[in-house]
Amino acid sequence: MRQLTYSKAISEALREEMLRNEAVIVMGEDMGVMGSVFGITRGFMEEFGADRVIDTPISENGFTSIAVGAAMRGLRPVVEIMYVDFTTVCYDAIANQAAKMRYMTGGQLTIPVVIRAPGGAGRRNAGQHSQSLEAIFTHIPGLKVIAPSTPYDAKGLLKSAIRDDDPVVCVEHKLLYAGKGEVPEEEYLIELGKADVKRAGEDVTIIAWSRQVLSALDAADQLAKEGINAEVVDLRSLVPLDFETISNSVIKTHRAVVVHEAVKRGGYGGEIAAQISEELFDYLDAPVKRVAGLNVIPPFSPALEDYIYPHSSDIVAAVKELLL
Amino acid sequence: MVIRKYDRETLIKFYREMKRVREFEEKACELFAQGMIEYNIHTCIGQEATAVGGCQALEKSDLIICTHRGHGQCLAKGGDPGIMMAELFGRETGYCRGRGGSMHIASIDVGILGANGIVGAGIPIAVGSALATNILKTTEITLAFFGDGASNTGEFHEALNMASAWNLPVVFFCENNKYAVSVDIERVIKVKDIAERAKAYGIPGVVVDGCDVLAVYETTKKAVERAREGQGPTLIEAKTYRYHGHFEGEPQVYRTEEEMSEWKKRDAIKRLYKEIIEAGFASAEDLADIDREVKEEMEEAALFAKNSPWPTENEALMYVYSNDNERSVAR
Repeated sequence: MRQLTYSKAISEALREEMLRNEAVIVMGEDMGVMGSVFGITRGFMEEFGADRVIDTPISENGFTSIAVGAAMRGLRPVVEIMYVDFTTVCYDAIANQAAKMRYMTGGQLTIPVVIRAPGGAGRRNAGQHSQSLEAIFTHIPGLKVIAPSTPYDAKGLLKSAIRDDDPVVCVEHKLLYAGKGEVPEEEYLIELGKADVKRAGEDVTIIAWSRQVLSALDAADQLAKEGINAEVVDLRSLVPLDFETISNSVIKTHRAVVVHEAVKRGGYGGEIAAQISEELFDYLDAPVKRVAGLNVIPPFSPALEDYIYPHSSDIVAAVKELLL
Repeated sequence: MVIRKYDRETLIKFYREMKRVREFEEKACELFAQGMIEYNIHTCIGQEATAVGGCQALEKSDLIICTHRGHGQCLAKGGDPGIMMAELFGRETGYCRGRGGSMHIASIDVGILGANGIVGAGIPIAVGSALATNILKTTEITLAFFGDGASNTGEFHEALNMASAWNLPVVFFCENNKYAVSVDIERVIKVKDIAERAKAYGIPGVVVDGCDVLAVYETTKKAVERAREGQGPTLIEAKTYRYHGHFEGEPQVYRTEEEMSEWKKRDAIKRLYKEIIEAGFASAEDLADIDREVKEEMEEAALFAKNSPWPTENEALMYVYSNDNERSVAR
């Protein structure tokens, strides 16, 4: 099968959906002439015109709210917030407007907006360009949240997100963009709210999303050499959450480690751990473990940055602790 | 006299619409005082001419965004007072099935894209609607109501900038009632008029007497025509005044009795009443008939709300998501 980068897969998803439905527009900073800072919409302006590929001023709250208003009128805007960190300046647009309009109007309005937001550390971008903020979005009823780890998943999920009538936040990891993976030529969709068992195993369940799925798979390889078979569950969607897949796995393995790059305190891993503990306590042979980012601001210095987020070695160590 | 330009029917309509707004609000205050409405209400008594003059300049298919002080705007755009009152009561028959309440009335059918509880947040939403008009190549224009307080938010400035840069069919309608809750606008802005801010965005900025419904109507009409002809947005600043507190029962320590009575002398309804009679368009009896009809209409609205069912707890989780709702709210 052909290999595509994660960024190219996202680009293809956008392009296919724009070709399929004229109501789909993309907007954000540098989306048009430049083709986005990560090259996602390169060539789009020439193909679809400046009406549907909108270069916005640096006004995140304004243009995200504009997307909400446009969505009320039947457009399906895909907004790029250049770095997920910048969603903090358009939190009103996302949390108070996009998320709440349907409920607060008694179901009269739907807001089919997708907010794509590259996140994650490891690029020496320092504290305001490197965070993982997905937990904030999972905390707001009305939002759906996806965090794909592979090019295949990114394309299929994003296409479904664009067709979904609800606001979806798509958290992409910047360090995944250049990574390649199999993506078929033919069209496919991945349903929101379906986890994917990326590796089967019986000794322990490692639950992860976004870039930490790669760390989890790497850890599973290392553990296999020592005779420990880890199952890696890639959530792909955080809301809606596929607890059934988690549950099936944990009932089989009796042990769970939740891994994410975001800081541990208040992270979505705590939510997963709590749900497993509440609902699967009788199946557990050990407490659910979290492997997550340190409770700190992503530092610039290369000497510090790589220290603050989890690596496969941290996951291996956590699994071994569980199996003691 | 300006009034001579108008026909009887139009003038009577303006009068009736303003009376409806006032009567609705007075009824709501009465019901609030009786404990029938929970939390609070922000009334627009005193601001009838801005809501009515603004909305009368629109076509039925045009769209508005309202404010937290938006009952008048909703009524003037064609909202049904009974369904509105039911929303204030939190009943299932309300526009938002009781999920939104006083500050959040929306009715897509009559072109109310929603009121917003976040001051300033409706302005870019209106711009988004106008963007859709352009992209979808339709003809509706969108009018955003907002207050003087909202003109100090970032969203106001971001929205005006994008709307003017992209030449969108939107009208920015500022109801300057002098106070952002308790803060006198003059204490927190340097410019004399909010309308001056239009200059920064290369669009017309117009000040209008918000107590003169005909002036408001004409000013808005011009802005609407301009938008519809593809000439882009206008910022209108209507100087008006609210007679009640920011919310019902708010102590109003920030203004004087003298100031309030000065403004009440300029009351928009009394003004139009006087002008209609003096110009001979209708008699005092004719207008008294309208007053009575409006009173009855609002009595009925209140009765509809009172007799309406509450939403049921088993439906509390409905309407959060349109796809896969049950699973998406479950965990």
